[in-house]
Amino acid sequence: MVDLNVKIGELELKNPVMTASGTFGYGSEFADFIDLNRLGGFVVKGTTLHHREGNDYPRMAETPMGMLNAVGLQNKGVDYFINHIYPEIKDIDSQIIVNVSGASVADYVAVAEKIATLDKINAIEVNISCPNVKQGGMAFGTTTSGASEVTKAIRQVYPKTLIVKLSPNVTDITEIARAVESEGADSVSLINTLLGMAVDVERQRPILSTVTGGLSGPAVKPVAVRMVWQVSHAVKIPVIGLGGISCGADAMEFILAGASAIQVGTANFFNPRVTMEIIDYLADYCKRHGVCSINELIGALKV
Amino acid sequence: MKKQLIDFIITSTVMQTPSCGLIALKPINDTLPEIVPGQFVELSIDAVMLRRPISVCDVDYENNILFLLVRNAGKGTSRLLHLPVGSKVNIMLPLGNGFSTNGISFKPGVRTLLVGGGVGTAPMLYLGKKLKENGATVTFLTGAKSSAELLLVDAMKKVAPVAITTDDGSEGDKGFVVNSGIWNQPWDHVYCCGPSPMMKAVAALCKEKQVPCEVSLENMMACGLGACLCCVEKTVRGNVCVCSEGPVFDIKDLTW
Ligand SMILES: Cc1cc2nc3c(=O)[nH]c(=O)nc-3n(C[C@H](O)[C@H](O)[C@H](O)COP(=O)(O)OP(=O)(O)OC[C@H]3O[C@@H](n4cnc5c(N)ncnc54)[C@H](O)[C@@H]3O)c2cc1C
Ligand SMILES: Cc1cc2nc3c(=O)[nH]c(=O)nc-3n(C[C@H](O)[C@H](O)[C@H](O)COP(=O)(O)O)c2cc1C
Ligand code: FES
Repeated sequence: MVDLNVKIGELELKNPVMTASGTFGYGSEFADFIDLNRLGGFVVKGTTLHHREGNDYPRMAETPMGMLNAVGLQNKGVDYFINHIYPEIKDIDSQIIVNVSGASVADYVAVAEKIATLDKINAIEVNISCPNVKQGGMAFGTTTSGASEVTKAIRQVYPKTLIVKLSPNVTDITEIARAVESEGADSVSLINTLLGMAVDVERQRPILSTVTGGLSGPAVKPVAVRMVWQVSHAVKIPVIGLGGISCGADAMEFILAGASAIQVGTANFFNPRVTMEIIDYLADYCKRHGVCSINELIGALKV
Repeated sequence: MKKQLIDFIITSTVMQTPSCGLIALKPINDTLPEIVPGQFVELSIDAVMLRRPISVCDVDYENNILFLLVRNAGKGTSRLLHLPVGSKVNIMLPLGNGFSTNGISFKPGVRTLLVGGGVGTAPMLYLGKKLKENGATVTFLTGAKSSAELLLVDAMKKVAPVAITTDDGSEGDKGFVVNSGIWNQPWDHVYCCGPSPMMKAVAALCKEKQVPCEVSLENMMACGLGACLCCVEKTVRGNVCVCSEGPVFDIKDLTW
């Protein structure tokens, strides 16, 4: 038997495969296609202190091997999550991670405090990298001072595993990673979407209601792998890699480059069973390469 | 209704007009799941990354065949229409809520008008068959730019009477579907699918006549499962996903 267990801080995952926030709803949307209990973990939709309606339609555009989105953190707020969604999903035998967003440091702290009271949730992922909201979001993730400030404040109220999700829309992502590490983050996940734009040439208008949006999908994978490689050399905490993963070999690229776990986002849309295929691939890969534990392969890239 | 991923084989593609084809598909191993009229499917097409949503046009359970009416609108649909017979296509189905075809308001003889514009005529054929089965009186109304672009008229005629409008007057009443003489008759329930300006015009007319009306929306989709929140429409309940809470909406719920 191959051992696929990995650890992110105190958080134990039965395998390194998670789903990415905003691409997997609350899990149940995919229950007809996959066994949610087999997932290493799943990160639920970005959650804010108050209900948010999100941006106007149109919110998406397909681009070559990718897509732009401008959902804008539509969600019913943290209290709704706690009272109505959490009870429905808490017994799934997988790690549920709540993705936390806010427009101010106080918002982030308030959401983190509330989520900390939930027994079955052992980690939060702090989104300081959403390109689709006017205030906060990416603003915190693009300066070391902003990233430090949010991380420090949340660390004071959140005792369990604290993952900070980084924006790729910066000159040097390793600076931000080091800043959040020094404020006590247990892990960093990367990358969030790359800021992008698409134009409808006949109508001479932007396709998205917000003009710009976040690029995801296979098109961003090489950028994401590069950033995971750089960050895993810059920090000691475990790195969670994501961006364009759509098959087992893609996941393996991130693991070899230094990711202790991976997330799958956009690929769930075109292949709802992709996470199961990746888990099977990783087990088979370990066997083929004669390793007993996936941990032996994390950052095992030969350069 | 459990959603499934099923591999189908294209058994025929018959072009109805230069840009629209009726595609017949058969599951390779499985049998077709139960499908409600107005539900849609998401097809995986090799030319594009995301699946493409297409309404169910008709279902032949006896011969295990799914029919889709597809308009060439871009890369994905063009590739789909050109796939040779025998090609394998992975389809996720059934998706969305579908039209209401029974319930308290559906006493036998209920007078229903099924309005389709262009390729929006697609879901009306299967809907008409189901409504007739449930004892409703069915009339189709279909509109197109010209006689040559009318879709499914013969197939619909086998089910119920068909009223026609064309923009240029080359067949039926001249003008848009709302200009049809058929609106002078009393209707108990209207169903509508087509381009957004047409659906808005039909919705306005139904509001004026105080006739209940359901419309099927075609917002752009990424997941088709209610997971990504890309396909939202503004409703009286706020932004809701067209893929999971629609595509069919009672016009009372929309902010049009
Ligand atoms: C619930 C639902 C049911 C549908 N039923 C049918 C049907 O029965 N028959 C049919 O022919 N079409 C139907 N459509 C529309 C069809 O999905 C789009 O035409 C198709 O996705 C376009 O893909 P493409 O790759 O060919 O075009 P692309 O190359 O992606 O785009 C070409 C153009 O089409 C527009 N477009 C892209 N996606 C959509 C969309 N979802 N709706 C409208 N415009 C779009 C783009 O903005 C662009 O201008 C339905 C859509 C939905 C949401
Ligand atoms: C439709 C959509 C919604 C998203 N919503 C969120 C979100 O709420 N919070 C967040 O941290 N990331 C969000 N993301 C970013 C993804 O979690 C992920 O970082 C990104 O898409 C890259 O991974 P991928 O290429 O595998 O999709 C969203 C992405 C998409 C496509
Ligand atoms: S298309 Fe993803 S929620 Fe509707």
